[in-house]
Amino acid sequence: MVSDKDVDRLVQDLAREAEAGGYHLNPDREFTRGLVRGLLANRERYGYISCPCRLASGNREDDLDIICPCDYRDLDLADYGACYCGLYVTADVEAGVRTPEPVPDRRPSPVERRKKKEENVTVARAPGDLKYPVWRCRVCGYLCARNEPPETCPICRVSRDRFERFV
Amino acid sequence: MQYVPGDDNHKVVLYALSTCGWCARTKQLLTDLGVGFSYVYVDLLRGDDQGIVVREVERWNPRLSFPTIVIDDSKAIVGFREEEIRKAVGA
Repeated sequence: MVSDKDVDRLVQDLAREAEAGGYHLNPDREFTRGLVRGLLANRERYGYISCPCRLASGNREDDLDIICPCDYRDLDLADYGACYCGLYVTADVEAGVRTPEPVPDRRPSPVERRKKKEENVTVARAPGDLKYPVWRCRVCGYLCARNEPPETCPICRVSRDRFERFV
Repeated sequence: MQYVPGDDNHKVVLYALSTCGWCARTKQLLTDLGVGFSYVYVDLLRGDDQGIVVREVERWNPRLSFPTIVIDDSKAIVGFREEEIRKAVGA
């Protein structure tokens, strides 16, 4: 079971990390605590903090795009003022000068995801003549040219497996 | 499926996740409106049970997102769309 103390601690950690990176947690404290409780429940049953508002498969590789912060957060913040579950909001929403809009899920459907997975297996990478491959963080777009992506994204703090080869 | 008793003018089924804030708001809205409805937390189902319900949701909403509210086996509302929900249940 998730304790209130665990929820408080993760809310604090997320708030600190968010502000340091220029992101903002939803100022509706009770709503935010509910979502964070959901993140912790997901960590307990799946082993990672997948989005509380999406159905996880339990297979980390298939759920990578919905581990919080999800691959869609920054796109949704730009378009709607909030991320899909509502944990993160833009500065103007946080300040109360803008009401966030309902966010439709932009995660591809299960059918589309299966198709994409198959394509990724069959499509060969274009050969490059760069000295180093370029890696892109799927969450925040950070790019770096080095043999392997960093262990943790220096911008948004997600783990190495959230990077894709960009060039 | 759990059932919340109330006004049964419409058949209302709520597919939800136990961890989702918008699902919680939807359930609260239906309760406050006094609507009788059935609901299921799809994330709490295991194995085949979950597979069966997932296919049910996908029929109405191929994106398989939550909440999905099915009204009178004929219309689905996806997401916490308060006005749409109120209108559909006639409240």
